[in-house]
Amino acid sequence: MVAAVGFMLAVGAWRSGDLPWQQQVTETVGTRGANLGTMSWQLTSHKGEPVSPQSWIGQTSLVFFGFTWCPDVCPMTLLNISDWLEELGPDADGLAVHLVSVDPERDTPEVLADYLSNFDPRISGLTGAPDEVAKAADDFNATYRRVPRDDGDYTVDHTAGVMVFGPDGRLSSIIDLHDDPKFAVPKIRRAMEREV
Amino acid sequence: MMNSTAAAFVLAAILPATAFAECVEVTQGNVTVSAAWSRATIGTERPAVFYVTVRNDGSEERLMGIETPVADVPMLHETVVENGAARMSYVEQIVIAPIDAVSLEPGGYHGMLMDLQTELVEGTTFPVTLLFEKSGPVTIDTAVLPLRAREAACEEAL
Repeated sequence: MVAAVGFMLAVGAWRSGDLPWQQQVTETVGTRGANLGTMSWQLTSHKGEPVSPQSWIGQTSLVFFGFTWCPDVCPMTLLNISDWLEELGPDADGLAVHLVSVDPERDTPEVLADYLSNFDPRISGLTGAPDEVAKAADDFNATYRRVPRDDGDYTVDHTAGVMVFGPDGRLSSIIDLHDDPKFAVPKIRRAMEREV
Repeated sequence: MMNSTAAAFVLAAILPATAFAECVEVTQGNVTVSAAWSRATIGTERPAVFYVTVRNDGSEERLMGIETPVADVPMLHETVVENGAARMSYVEQIVIAPIDAVSLEPGGYHGMLMDLQTELVEGTTFPVTLLFEKSGPVTIDTAVLPLRAREAACEEAL
């Protein structure tokens, strides 16, 4: 019982960001430069094709973490991205857009394909073995956590921003969920201007 | 010729109004509930979402929960983004200040409809009952919009 209370207190402190070492974590989010060139994960696309990070170098890429069981944030992110692609017009042709599933247990390539058919066809879904997804999240400095529900089902908390990588493979910026939408497309354009 | 041009102008003026019908609105006690919508689901395995606007014309009111025949486990949730990570947390109640309105909308408060009994099909409606502390239960027809919808497909008369 005491252990359980201690655990809840720790969770509470974690959530409110009160732990001293957490300040460091907060400061490094988005600044520790993720680099596609040094990543090593291997995932599978919703079309069943193998995907590796190096294959994105040379083009501007948008990456975000989510899952198809998520009814609020994920459809909204997909809609936002669809809007940006539309605003970019023909310039969006050189973009690669990837949803990495944080729920590989349920999001098989077939499930991703079915779900993504409702959104812009340029958005690709990625999934794979749970340890490969974990490795990818680590490489991208993303976090996710499976949260059990009372009825035996579960949901997944996850990093919500859209990461923007330049053609050089380096993280250029992150578009946060609640950012003013007018800054999104300029962030993508800035990434596009990077030299390989 | 003149007539058809005039008719075109009239049509242009009318179209936006007809494309967005006024939202269904239900008033009970001091609360008015309107603009209830959800997204179509693929099958019944995934949870559905519920969005709505609540106006409070009286003293402080609280939304204590929701009920609907389409889901066994309907719950009030809030999407919270902390340090870049999003989580959906259960909220026990949503306080609506006196003479104020609260919207359950994408990225914030929303109803989470879990253990769906039926697929939500675009173009249909289903009832959701909002349980208010003072005004009691208020039932509203909820429009099922496409999976790509981001807002209610009606004009709020708020």
